[in-house]
Amino acid sequence: MNQREKEEYLREFALLKQQGKPFFPYSVAKDGAMAVIVMLSIILMALVLGAELGPKADPTTTTYSPRPEWYYFFLFELLKIIKPANLVPLATIGVPTICMILLFLLPFYDRNPERRPERRPVATAAGIFTIIAMGYLTYLGASAGSPTQIDMETPPQIVAQGGPMLEQFETGKQVVAQSGCEACHKFGENGNDGPGPPLTDIASRLPKQAIARTLINPTAPMPSFKALQANEPEKFDAMVTFLSQLK
Amino acid sequence: MPKLKLPAPPLPDRLNPRPKRPGSTKTKPLAEAGISAIDWVDERTSLSQGARWMMFRKIPKGTNWFYTLGSATLFAFLSQTVTGVFLAMYYRPDAAGGAYESVRYITNEVFLGEFVRGMHKWGSSVMVILIFLHMARTFFFGAYKYPRELNWVIGVALLVLTMAMSFTGYLLPFDQRSYWATIVGVNINGTGPFVGPYLSDFLRAGPEFGATTLARFYAIHMLLIPGILAALIGAHLYLVAKLGTTAPPWIKADDPVQKEEKA
Repeated sequence: MNQREKEEYLREFALLKQQGKPFFPYSVAKDGAMAVIVMLSIILMALVLGAELGPKADPTTTTYSPRPEWYYFFLFELLKIIKPANLVPLATIGVPTICMILLFLLPFYDRNPERRPERRPVATAAGIFTIIAMGYLTYLGASAGSPTQIDMETPPQIVAQGGPMLEQFETGKQVVAQSGCEACHKFGENGNDGPGPPLTDIASRLPKQAIARTLINPTAPMPSFKALQANEPEKFDAMVTFLSQLK
Repeated sequence: MPKLKLPAPPLPDRLNPRPKRPGSTKTKPLAEAGISAIDWVDERTSLSQGARWMMFRKIPKGTNWFYTLGSATLFAFLSQTVTGVFLAMYYRPDAAGGAYESVRYITNEVFLGEFVRGMHKWGSSVMVILIFLHMARTFFFGAYKYPRELNWVIGVALLVLTMAMSFTGYLLPFDQRSYWATIVGVNINGTGPFVGPYLSDFLRAGPEFGATTLARFYAIHMLLIPGILAALIGAHLYLVAKLGTTAPPWIKADDPVQKEEKA
């Protein structure tokens, strides 16, 4: 905006203001009505939806589903879309940071003096696209549950081995299913495809020791299973055994 | 006569009080006392000037319901403040079990406890929705342009701080869901380039998620961010009042020259 456009705007705005109405009582009445609506919706939600309190936090537990507040779903879904390991920092911090910087600097790179949305096609289209993208990602995040079931069949050679091996495999399958792994990993037909890699055939890519090491010292954002190993080593071992048989 | 005289609101004649008949003028002593007390303060502070500047400034022609979204966000923030203060009266930031126990106590034992906690929990969602709607209005109406660029920047900072409030508040009930979601959230922060590891170490108060982590989140949620938020909201409002709210971009002022000619 150059000096002439600035002065033009200020002149037009001064006129609009002159022809307007005072803040009190006109705007105050509207704002007050809106405040009542906001208050009523908060009260209604508090009464209808309540405030549930889940079970107490337990670092050694294996049954949890790490789900953020719903308005963070779009960030979480972004993690699933950008999957290659070297691009993960881009998804987790890169894209949000770039978006934040773009938002902060918006008035400095959008210097078009035009204000009507239909005469700023690029800005309006970008805004609508952002709203649709965020809405879609939030919807995806809301509909993706955290399954606690693994329907993979036990491979015949393990059934043939029987005894402790079969028992450990079945226990491991249960522990993995209850541990929220499926929020980020796919097992056969179950689980979400990402942000983590699919684990359907993890054993063909990682040896048993490496699987155990990854569980204790994982790549972020995966939480560590160190506490489980320390407190309930048999459950941890079953988990490793189960994963190391997935070929 | 009191020195403080407010301009009469532009009400229809019917609603304005009738002028008093001569001879019947006797102000009630209680009202007299109130007015003189206000006069006493005003004589020393000139607060009425500020109030007049704030309340009786003109709002441009064509202002519609979209322009209530900002004050609605402010109202949601006030609701969060009030409910948050009541929750803080019972909450204990004790990771060893006191935190969960105190939230359980609020939810199950305290009179209206679950209701107030529900208002705080859902109020955060309402506030985030309103903030995004307010931002969308500002964006599509081009209201961030000259001379309001700085107010847009403050507004984006308010958005970031609100999201940070939600992130730190999510841990406080210290149930399974909040505990594990926060671990993943902090880990996500840790994958960021350059500052990521430092940021997650700062949030965790160390390399491991420990007892001090909860106290740290509590302090950030209760003291640090609310203070900055309140200060920035003050700056945001001051600029709104100083620069004036925009009119919808398609509204044109009547040309004063043409008007004169018509008259």
